[in-house]
Amino acid sequence: MVSYEIIGVSVLWIFLYGYLIVASIDFGAGFFAFYAKVTKQDHVVNQLIARYLSPVWEVTNVFFVFFFVGIVGFFPETAYYYGTALLVPGSIAIILLAIRGSFYAFENYGSKQSTVYTFLYGATGLLIPASLSVALTLSEGGFIKETNGTVSLQYLELFTSPLSWSIVALAIVSVLFISAAFLSFYAARAKDYPALKLVRNFALFWSTPAIIAAMTTLIFLSQHNERHYESMLDLWWMFGLSVGFFMIAIWLLYRGKLYGIAFVSIMLQYLFAFFGYGIGHYPYLLDPYISIHESATHESMGIALVIAFIGGLLLLVPSLILLMRLFLFNADYVKGKK
Amino acid sequence: MELDTVLMSRLLTAMTLGFHIIFATLGVGVPLMISIAELIGIKKKDPYYRLLARRWTRGFVISVAVGVVTGTAIGLQLSLVWPNFMQVAGNVISLPLFMEVFAFFFEAIFLGIYLYTWDRFKNQYIHWLFSLPIIIGGGFSAVFITTVNAFMNTPDGFTVENGTFAAVNPITAMLNPATPTKVFHVLSSAYLTCAAILAAITAFMILKKKTTAYYKKALKLTLTLTFIFAVITAIAGDSSAKFLAAHQPEKLAAAEWHFETEEGADLLLFGWLNDAHEAIGEIRIPKFLSFLAHGDFNAEVAGLEETPDEYWPPLWVHYMFDLMVTIGFFLPAVALLYLILSKLKKRDEHNKGMLSLIVLSGPLAMLAIEFGWIYAEEGRQPWIIRGYMTVEEAATSSPHIGLMFFLFLALYVVLGTLCIVTLRKVFRDNPAEEELEKLYPSVEKGDKS
Ligand code: HDD
Ligand code: HEM
Ligand code: HEM
Repeated sequence: MVSYEIIGVSVLWIFLYGYLIVASIDFGAGFFAFYAKVTKQDHVVNQLIARYLSPVWEVTNVFFVFFFVGIVGFFPETAYYYGTALLVPGSIAIILLAIRGSFYAFENYGSKQSTVYTFLYGATGLLIPASLSVALTLSEGGFIKETNGTVSLQYLELFTSPLSWSIVALAIVSVLFISAAFLSFYAARAKDYPALKLVRNFALFWSTPAIIAAMTTLIFLSQHNERHYESMLDLWWMFGLSVGFFMIAIWLLYRGKLYGIAFVSIMLQYLFAFFGYGIGHYPYLLDPYISIHESATHESMGIALVIAFIGGLLLLVPSLILLMRLFLFNADYVKGKK
Repeated sequence: MELDTVLMSRLLTAMTLGFHIIFATLGVGVPLMISIAELIGIKKKDPYYRLLARRWTRGFVISVAVGVVTGTAIGLQLSLVWPNFMQVAGNVISLPLFMEVFAFFFEAIFLGIYLYTWDRFKNQYIHWLFSLPIIIGGGFSAVFITTVNAFMNTPDGFTVENGTFAAVNPITAMLNPATPTKVFHVLSSAYLTCAAILAAITAFMILKKKTTAYYKKALKLTLTLTFIFAVITAIAGDSSAKFLAAHQPEKLAAAEWHFETEEGADLLLFGWLNDAHEAIGEIRIPKFLSFLAHGDFNAEVAGLEETPDEYWPPLWVHYMFDLMVTIGFFLPAVALLYLILSKLKKRDEHNKGMLSLIVLSGPLAMLAIEFGWIYAEEGRQPWIIRGYMTVEEAATSSPHIGLMFFLFLALYVVLGTLCIVTLRKVFRDNPAEEELEKLYPSVEKGDKS
């Protein structure tokens, strides 16, 4: 029998992974829309981006809400440590998210094209992943101190740590890479060849920084948290698979075919890397203060949450399939005929 | 220093919630109005009502966006600003918070579908059906979050062992004594407020331009709904008061400046207190407090003297309560007046005075929501979890909270302004008359699109 806290943390990690993918597509698309506007190519891609994003941005946001509500639910201690330490970076992330979400709506539904909105939309697309990635850095330990019952964040250490900067870099380039690969797939389905050419070039371009950033992060992690690094080495095969899928994706993108499979490969690349990283993190949620087993909520609550989760999935999965069939996999809609 | 962080934490939370609740209320109520209008439109084959549904939806998506981002803010702030509260209470109340997320999910998915499929189905009922999950999703997010707030007022579903919560029963915690009346009152007041606001906008348009069939139908529909939901809200408010009398007597006593326990207690409206805690200049309705509290004019109502001084809620909540109740009587009165006038053949129900009163109802209804919440939250002071944890114990220890307050203040000012600017632009650039012609060129022949 698997314990409920393991189920809980797995579910949360899966959702965080889901957020990583859907949010990357969204964030990166914002940046590309801005870039295209500045370089006067917006007529080529922005229609494509708008058609995908309009119906789904709110759903993306809920993935994130799910994660932070879930983690406090399953592991209330996280509210105490992370809540106190993250007041400033967390508030900044909230503000950026708020600007992004609402300005998107103002521009799109408000039928007003404004460069300021597009700029903010593009800039926040890169700043949000950077600020959210701070939470991952903190989880490695060494940045949060508890003295005499007060928790505080060591800002100096955080800002001078090569690990934290490499994680920020990894987050940003991954966003651009994942997003460009998805847009290539979407453009190919829409048979929008000028747009495809542009976004495919983006995808190929950002693949190199993505893999370099991943390697750098690994090196700095080995210096910062030896234990985590060692457990990740034990999972070497997961990272091997990750690199393998990366190669497949690049090759397909380069050859310019099977964009769907290329994107799925990238999803698998991140899946294996993300889970290799996560499993290596076990048993700590915050090294060394919060470990999964000690900080879990009461059993009755844990079980109630798991049941609620299953019930929720039964409701959501059919709805999500409907959404995707209507918008993502409906050829006429994608092509802009509906 | 210590006190400052607590004060700033409270201000930050109050500001975020006070702002979110405006959009949350719209998020709960407006989908119901849209759905009713669309259904009437399809049933009666009346393009006016379908246009109404379309135009309301267009405004709605903009307010939803602000609702979503401010909701995300308050959701995170609960952990960021009240870490000790979430650490303790999280063990007992995370179930409804978690289920709330699924309600959002459900709402968000179908909102996306509803928005982009107006003309996609031959059978118009299919599109209408997509409005139901939006109503349910919005309604249930309100239900779930309200159970959390109810828990803070009448905590239940756990025992205390060695200073921590044990033997947790999440379902009992959700269905604590405050839940039924609170949920009922929150939902009904949200529907009331949205109907009143839509009526106010319509009346405003008539005042500014002229009466057209489109606006007349809209006004009649929204005011009928206002009246119905106002009556239901009054009933719900009355049951909330009876709940307070039974489970949280100090909150009701503070709202009524009722210091001494007595039978046949009077209801006080407005006025002010002198140094000896005596009300001056108040309107006194004999024995009505007993009736409000227990449904019996001679029943005994517990006074504040039964609560130790240090646990008294602030006495100014009296004004919040009175303002809410006054608005609660004003709204159905206005709606009823309109409905009576429209039945009388001789009278023009679209005269300036009537329309101005209706315009006033919209903002007043939203103010009643704010007053009601301030009353409910301040009336719980000094507790964050009544009887177990005070607000002071729950707040963050981070010294940066003051700065965050001003950051968020700036954010809400920008969001609020841009939201209004955008909404005005959407409707000005696209007047109803033109849109009617464009979408339904054959208005008299019925609606075929
Ligand atoms: C349009 C809004 C509106 C209107 C017209 C009224 N209320 Fe209200 N009231 C609310 C909106 C509201 C609210 C915002 O929904 C509150 C805040 C917290 C809650 O549970 O509901 C509330 C709280 C609230 C409470 C406190 C409940 C608690 O803390 O547990 C009481 C006793 C009443 N109301 C009673 C009334 C009465 C007797 C009314 C007379 C008609 C009335 N309300 C009209
Ligand atoms: C959405 C409707 C709500 C509104 C408008 C609202 C309003 C307020 C206001 C005005 C305050 C400030 C009180 C003060 O000055 O101290 C406050 C405090 C607070 N509310 Fe609520 N509240 C709402 C619902 C909730 C819910 C559902 C929760 C719980 C999850 C909650 C949690 C808190 C907390 C933690 C505080 C700070 C402590 C306190 O001052 O009581 N509120 N709220
Ligand atoms: C402490 C109190 C509250 C918290 C933590 C909270 C949390 C949230 C969150 C996280 C969202 C965004 C969800 C998304 O991403 O789609 C949201 C939106 C929403 N909230 Fe709140 N909320 C609170 C109070 C309330 C209250 C009291 C109501 C109802 C009376 C309410 C009703 C809604 C609705 C209907 C939405 C959907 C957005 C919309 O349609 O405008 N919330 N809330």
